[in-house]
Amino acid sequence: MRHVLDITKEHCPMTFVKTKLKLEQLAKGDILEIMLCEGEPLNNVPKTVEEQGYQVLEVTQHNSFYKVVVKK
Amino acid sequence: MQKEKYSIIVFSGEFDKAIAAFTIATGAAATNREVTMFFTFWGLNILKKKTGRSAVGRGFLARFFNLLMGGRKNLPLSRFNFGGISPKLMTGMMKKHNVATLEELIESAHALGIKIIACEMAMNILEIERKDLVEQVEEVIGVSTFLDYSKDAKILFI
Repeated sequence: MRHVLDITKEHCPMTFVKTKLKLEQLAKGDILEIMLCEGEPLNNVPKTVEEQGYQVLEVTQHNSFYKVVVKK
Repeated sequence: MQKEKYSIIVFSGEFDKAIAAFTIATGAAATNREVTMFFTFWGLNILKKKTGRSAVGRGFLARFFNLLMGGRKNLPLSRFNFGGISPKLMTGMMKKHNVATLEELIESAHALGIKIIACEMAMNILEIERKDLVEQVEEVIGVSTFLDYSKDAKILFI
């Protein structure tokens, strides 16, 4: 299943908190699209997601945000 | 891989220091670290079940102290408190800028599985009992158990 999480309006530490809690809810094999801003979220959310054992499939730039696709 | 461990001693009972403690704790737990928060002395006010002013305790002095200190809703700002109005203004500013409030941070800490423990000795002095604290408190322990839990952990004192 494909899920979407928008953390473009969130700030530290809720960017990480919401990402982690959302990923915990998903089933193995599910895909999560995370919309986030550049700077701290872009630099660290994909990194910490990988450290938790999830797979980052792609990171793409859009107009005002970035999209990170993660597989559980 | 062994997770990095953090132990945060929450000694202070000020609003801004509580925000700092919970921000570091939730940030660490959300980025794959194991976190324990040990609440002692003034920090116990953050965990009181009654969030307003309440005369917790048996003896006169303890009841007086607890009434003066109050709970989570009475935490003062460490500077420019202005009789308690500043923490409310600060919460308004945090909401305006979409930064997590203390209540949201505490909920997140629980959701992330942060271990929340309370100091037995400080509870004895202030005559605060287990039933006076929120359910999220996993254990009431002494310093040696805390140090056992914090073996191989980085310890922060706030």
